[in-house]
Amino acid sequence: MKIKVLGSGCPNCKILEANTKKALDEMKIKADVEKITDISKIIEYGVMSTPALVIDEKVVSTGRVLTSEEIKKLLK
Amino acid sequence: MDIFYPFQLFANLVTYSWLGLGKESYLGSALNFFIYDIIKIGILLLVIGYFMAITRYYFPVEKVRNILAKRRWFGLDYLFAALLGVVTPFCSCSSIPLFIGFTGAGIPLGITFAFLIASPLINEASLFLFPAMFGMKVTIIYNVVGIGVAMLGGMLIQRLKLDKYVKQELLKFKSRADIEKENGKKLTFKEKARYWWNDGFKITKEIFPYVVLGVGLGALIHGFVPASFVENYLSSRAWWTIPAVVLLGAPLYANSVSVIPIMEALVGKGVPLGTALAFMTAIVTVSLPMILILRKVMKWQLLAIFLAITIIGIMFMGYLFNIIF
Repeated sequence: MKIKVLGSGCPNCKILEANTKKALDEMKIKADVEKITDISKIIEYGVMSTPALVIDEKVVSTGRVLTSEEIKKLLK
Repeated sequence: MDIFYPFQLFANLVTYSWLGLGKESYLGSALNFFIYDIIKIGILLLVIGYFMAITRYYFPVEKVRNILAKRRWFGLDYLFAALLGVVTPFCSCSSIPLFIGFTGAGIPLGITFAFLIASPLINEASLFLFPAMFGMKVTIIYNVVGIGVAMLGGMLIQRLKLDKYVKQELLKFKSRADIEKENGKKLTFKEKARYWWNDGFKITKEIFPYVVLGVGLGALIHGFVPASFVENYLSSRAWWTIPAVVLLGAPLYANSVSVIPIMEALVGKGVPLGTALAFMTAIVTVSLPMILILRKVMKWQLLAIFLAITIIGIMFMGYLFNIIF
């Protein structure tokens, strides 16, 4: 499973990254979490509001900081 | 009937009865203001946050873009874009992806700018906090004029045909197929209600530290800055005060809610409403981070025009309010 957190560096993006890692830990899933801050790469995903979460190249959330609970639901 | 009167009573109770501070003392004044305003803003934030969460749920940016791109609204496009800019909050780090997304979807540049200008200018703070702070009349005029400024600004940019100043390389990215959102449509009403509460509360939690800071500063001004000082130095209605405060506030940035208590305190001390509003709006709408980010998608000519229009719009509002009030 490849996870990407899209965000250009504002605090919200960092929180999303932290929540994602927490969710993964709690579910004991091993996955790569990559943080993407490059604007051109973010645009490639068609994302218009950050932070955004991408799981296996599918954009599952934009513009919101998901809680680790919400992320866990997405990981199922 | 002031619905916040109970908070004022509570603040009085704590400051003057429990702590025994004098009603005329600087500290008493400041603390009283602080307690009252913190409670008032805190509760307003929660309520407003809740309703904004509902709005964001039904109007995610993707939907906004699709609405603007698909239909021809017969010149009302600009009004629509401005109104949508009002209801959709976005932080400056989203401005580029949003700009690209809109422009890439074929939305004319001017309309995108109407959205971009309206977004920071008019928001939940200006719609729902202003009435509690400055009264309905000010609120209505500010928001109506603000939308007008956003629309005219957008139309002007469209007229000037500035498309060549957008960095075309970035527009080449095709946007992916519509985003899959898991949490979308299948929530029961109870789940939705809970989701909206969490969403709204999250935002309140995030900005509350800044609000405390803002109220703190406002309280200090309210309690410790003598009215005479303000009268002598800050209450001038000379024509140059408006450009001065706008140019002073532009490079600064603060959260829109945090500056309101500061403005409330200043106006309470006698600073002209227009001057205070111009200062506050300049702080909130123009920010260095946003400029730096937008620089990546537009050439400086377009950016400069965008800033000039925004600044002139703010000054216009400042003058307008100083004349009316």
